[in-house]
Amino acid sequence: MSKRKALYSRKVKRAVHLLFFRRHRKPGAKGWELKKKLGADYPKVLKLLDNYLAKLDLQVKAVSEEGQPITLETAKPEQLDKAIFYVTLRGELTPTETKMMGWRIDDLAGLAITIMYIISKKGKVPREEVEKLLKEKLPGWRAEANIDRYIRAGYISEDENGQLYLDWRTRAEIDEKNLIGLVLGTETEESYP
Amino acid sequence: MESKRKTKRLGLEQLQRIIELCKSVEERGLDPFLVDVDDIIEIIRRYFPKWDKPEQLCLDAEALNRLASVIKLQGEWVKHRSTSLYTDPFLLEEKIRKLDIETIVEIFLKSWRPIVEFEQISPHSLAEAINYWKELLPLDERWKNIEAQIIEAGVSTREELIEQRLLEEKTFTERVEALWNELKERVGGEGKIRYWDFIGADTFKETVQRAYLTSFMVTHGYAKLEIYPLEDEVYIKPNEKPVPLTKKKRVVSIPFPISREDWIKWKKVKENEQKKSIILQEG
Repeated sequence: MSKRKALYSRKVKRAVHLLFFRRHRKPGAKGWELKKKLGADYPKVLKLLDNYLAKLDLQVKAVSEEGQPITLETAKPEQLDKAIFYVTLRGELTPTETKMMGWRIDDLAGLAITIMYIISKKGKVPREEVEKLLKEKLPGWRAEANIDRYIRAGYISEDENGQLYLDWRTRAEIDEKNLIGLVLGTETEESYP
Repeated sequence: MESKRKTKRLGLEQLQRIIELCKSVEERGLDPFLVDVDDIIEIIRRYFPKWDKPEQLCLDAEALNRLASVIKLQGEWVKHRSTSLYTDPFLLEEKIRKLDIETIVEIFLKSWRPIVEFEQISPHSLAEAINYWKELLPLDERWKNIEAQIIEAGVSTREELIEQRLLEEKTFTERVEALWNELKERVGGEGKIRYWDFIGADTFKETVQRAYLTSFMVTHGYAKLEIYPLEDEVYIKPNEKPVPLTKKKRVVSIPFPISREDWIKWKKVKENEQKKSIILQEG
């Protein structure tokens, strides 16, 4: 193995440790942290890691400081330094797999509805409105408990006025545009009087 | 004269209503275009020449400030509508209502890429932990050096405990209430006193202590503050009875920096005032 190859192999391993093991309150690693530990060429290391993870149906995902997904190829170096990097699933999960991850189908549907509703209301919505919407299809106590669960997990956040917002985990895990597009593109049965 | 007063009262009411409307749009996430900006600016402009008191001007400024926030929200709304993420909320709500749970989950799973993380101890940290455990002395060995002295139990009086500073002469509430009574006595006919005149004492230490107790006095509803930002004056006014805080009321924290320089400045002014009053009395 050439010296250069050995160097990058070591750096990729180090990147795996930094990205997979949680060292802060939230998972992932900041760009500047990776730069400090892996060197200035950390985007190249992450690209190598991403290529390797593709075989395992995983990917390196970057989220900008403003909460927008960015790519290693197109983002500016200063943007990357401020971004947060995560390892996420590359493909899709099946409903059975989500059950094994501890998500009931009701809870997951509730999360999807909550996120979509917040997006449609320009990223801010009163908690009571979401509760009302969830209670149409879920028992009341479950709707309230679910919202608390989504807040704890970091999908949404609540301010002192009871307004709900999208939080860091939604930005990292969910393709918002795709989600809305899919919902609007789904044919629903129209009922006529 | 009477009609002038009436117009002013009406104007103030209008300003209050504008503030409330803008506040509810901001806080409750209502449609910012519910606020007719031109109409409101016209009202503010119409009443502006009638304001002559600082509090009226403050209200006018607050109304303008709130309106500016609503205009900002309107800007954001337009920006959001022009992005590809914009969806008609009614259309989306309708879709959500009509879709069954299974379909929603199916759609969601197509857009969800959960974060992958490990919760696993590494062999290296396990080895480090074992080494630490091996070197850690048992509790009875670690604590054996602390030899307790056997002292015969005795009796202490309250005064002795106060002398040794183990007990305070007065409880905290008693001290706050004593200060409240002092405030009630010192306010005079106006019913209020300048903040610095009340907390100011002969020594800096005592001044800080009084400021500290005063902050509790205000927080617990024994007194209230009157702030005149334009005149840079703060007054403190005692309440007849302590008014407990309610959840409905908006709680605001107001910091008052108490520096030694401020205290020296206040003391000089106070001494000059005293000298002047002595001269006047002698004259």
